[in-house]
Amino acid sequence: MPELGRAALALSLGLALYALVAGAYAAATRRRRLARSAQNALLAAFGSTGVASIVLLGALLRNDFSFTYVAEHTSRELPTPYTISAFWGGQEGSLLLWLLILTGFSAAAVVLSRRSAPDLLPWVVPILGLVATFFAFMLVAVSSPFQTQLAPADGAGLNPSLQNPYMMIHPPCLYLGYVGLTIPFAFAMGALLSRRTDELWIVATRRWTLFAWTALGIGQLLGSHWAYVEVGWGGYYAWDPVENAALMPWLASTAFLHSVMIQEKRGMLKVWNVLLVILAFCLALFGTFLTRSGVISSIHSFTQSPLGGWFLGFICLITLGSVALVISRLPILRSKTRMESLVSREATFLYNNLLLVALCLTILWGVVFPLVSEAVHGEQITVSSPYYNFFLRIFGLPLLLLMAIGPLVAWRRASLRSLGRSFAWPAGIALAVGVVLLILGAGSSWIGLLAYTFSAFVLGSIGYEFVRGTRARRALTGGTWAAAFVELVGRNRRRYGGYIVHAAIVLLAIGIVGSSAYDTVRERTLAPGQTMAVSHYDVKYDQLVRRNGANATEFRAILDVKKNGRSVGTLESGKNSYRAEQQTSNEVGIRSDPLTGEDLYVITDQINQNGTIAFKVLVKPLVNLIWISGFVFLIGSLVALWPSAAEQRRLALRYRELRALARA
Amino acid sequence: MTALALAIGAVLAVACVVFVALPFLREPDPVEDRLDEPGALERRALELAEERDRALAALKELEFDHRTGKISDEDYRELVGPLRARVAEALRALEPHAESTEERVHAAG
Repeated sequence: MPELGRAALALSLGLALYALVAGAYAAATRRRRLARSAQNALLAAFGSTGVASIVLLGALLRNDFSFTYVAEHTSRELPTPYTISAFWGGQEGSLLLWLLILTGFSAAAVVLSRRSAPDLLPWVVPILGLVATFFAFMLVAVSSPFQTQLAPADGAGLNPSLQNPYMMIHPPCLYLGYVGLTIPFAFAMGALLSRRTDELWIVATRRWTLFAWTALGIGQLLGSHWAYVEVGWGGYYAWDPVENAALMPWLASTAFLHSVMIQEKRGMLKVWNVLLVILAFCLALFGTFLTRSGVISSIHSFTQSPLGGWFLGFICLITLGSVALVISRLPILRSKTRMESLVSREATFLYNNLLLVALCLTILWGVVFPLVSEAVHGEQITVSSPYYNFFLRIFGLPLLLLMAIGPLVAWRRASLRSLGRSFAWPAGIALAVGVVLLILGAGSSWIGLLAYTFSAFVLGSIGYEFVRGTRARRALTGGTWAAAFVELVGRNRRRYGGYIVHAAIVLLAIGIVGSSAYDTVRERTLAPGQTMAVSHYDVKYDQLVRRNGANATEFRAILDVKKNGRSVGTLESGKNSYRAEQQTSNEVGIRSDPLTGEDLYVITDQINQNGTIAFKVLVKPLVNLIWISGFVFLIGSLVALWPSAAEQRRLALRYRELRALARA
Repeated sequence: MTALALAIGAVLAVACVVFVALPFLREPDPVEDRLDEPGALERRALELAEERDRALAALKELEFDHRTGKISDEDYRELVGPLRARVAEALRALEPHAESTEERVHAAG
């Protein structure tokens, strides 16, 4: 059925192009039926892209190797879940996933906004149509998943490192984030084009932004865990350009989620907010460009890649077009209010924004510098971890401190006496924690000690906010503490959901600092029966076993592990040799301690002919807090995402008043 | 297989075209085919309504921050006056529009 796939994609392209052209014409000439027709085209594009996706999925599940894509990314031995994940395992499939999610989100945005933001929708549709047209065009003319060939007996299989359960969820999750950022971008541009610079576009896209940001955050954590358990180098984040590609839009949208509150509360930073939305979307496109153009390996491979030039052209078009639009609308974007004090909640948000954007642009420079150096000097100069780690400390520690200070400072302005009262408890807790940690020996890493002290400050200030808020709510309404707490969170889900997310970031910071600043690494070659000591562990290499897996031969070293002299069981670490792919992968052994959050991490570096094995063993304190932070992050995001009935009533009332005015 | 694929593709294309043309098929000859657009008066009223809601929310937030102890009594006294004045100003600013609305209703009637 490749013909059906190709026809469905051609139809998607036609529909997206119609949404762009007819939508723009309808918005410019204020034609109601044509605008509605363009909206329908976006909905229909979702249907036709869905049909194309079903065709590809069917071909993957049937092992139909007459599809070049299926033959290049699967094999008969490949387990079914990984056959499904091969959908996004290659370039063409992942572009199809982009378009499927984009048209799905566009259809949802159209349906949801017909009532809530009818004034913006006519201009939002052509923007969504423009992005969908680009991706549909790439799939039809440049990189089609429906190319056919004479079917070989078997396929090439899937890259072994992609044969991991995380690959079922990590890439789609990231794509939900990348593509989700299209919606706030389209609404921001729609607002500028229709000269509606009021709160409407922010209200219409708040949950889209939060959703995309949550998906990007969770997607990155899943990717980190995948790298940790599957790639087998002992870490979870390598500052790889592909990893940075997801981090940059997340940082930009984090800045936006904070600064947008200043616009809502004070009517300020309208230009800045639009620029952040543009930055986040362009970085999402840039991320896709980085991973799909081949530019990472060399700037020359970019010029050979069929996608590179198109992507770069589209990113330039979007960036220049949207910035030109912002400039043309500057007179209506100017704020009438000014910041009253440099010591206020809005000021802390502004500082946080500057740090987040600075970190984002620093990472961007680290990603593009090798390409620039290669283009200018003909030699690629790699920017490695020390560069990123340096700037993470420079910008990350003040960000952590601001996370502690922000909730304690009032809007508009705060006096020293108010600050003194608010800071006393959290700062006292932080100092006490810092002193205790110093006594316990955490001073071996000053950065670590500082990060832990700031983390305690953040947790102290969050806890204090919850306690003070619950107490005030209880004093107002009476009832139990639990009821007052639930009411407190329910009445301001965004604020308290945000605090829960801050707690997640603190857990993440503690996990990162613990596992990087206080870790232990030992490397040794062991013969069966020999033992190596690593921190408070003794690891004894017992024997090597060989067994046949579903599509690979598995070699496993069996290790006896003792902790503080007491046996805690055995651990397996080794390698898989994949038959169809003819590749080998590291299969690390990890023993997690649920009480301390510590991991014993064993890498089988090399299996020698004489029976000895070169092991690399790491002890990573608190590393499991990184993964736990993902659950806390998700809970906080869900609390913030949950619709607030009071706010919806307020907005409904406002627009009802205006409709009444219009009818009059 | 190719014939079946082409048949499904043709049905899909026809369905999409009909769906896209639906607004024109449903209303071949509409009385009014213009998109609603807020006028200058509505835009101004919207700005004022936003300002009113923002001032009210700020006042509410100040009251709560005072109750939680984040803002001292002295700071509260300093801040609450201007904020209340802003709320009153925002409410007053919306009133002429209500009057003009009434005027327009009378004029239309």
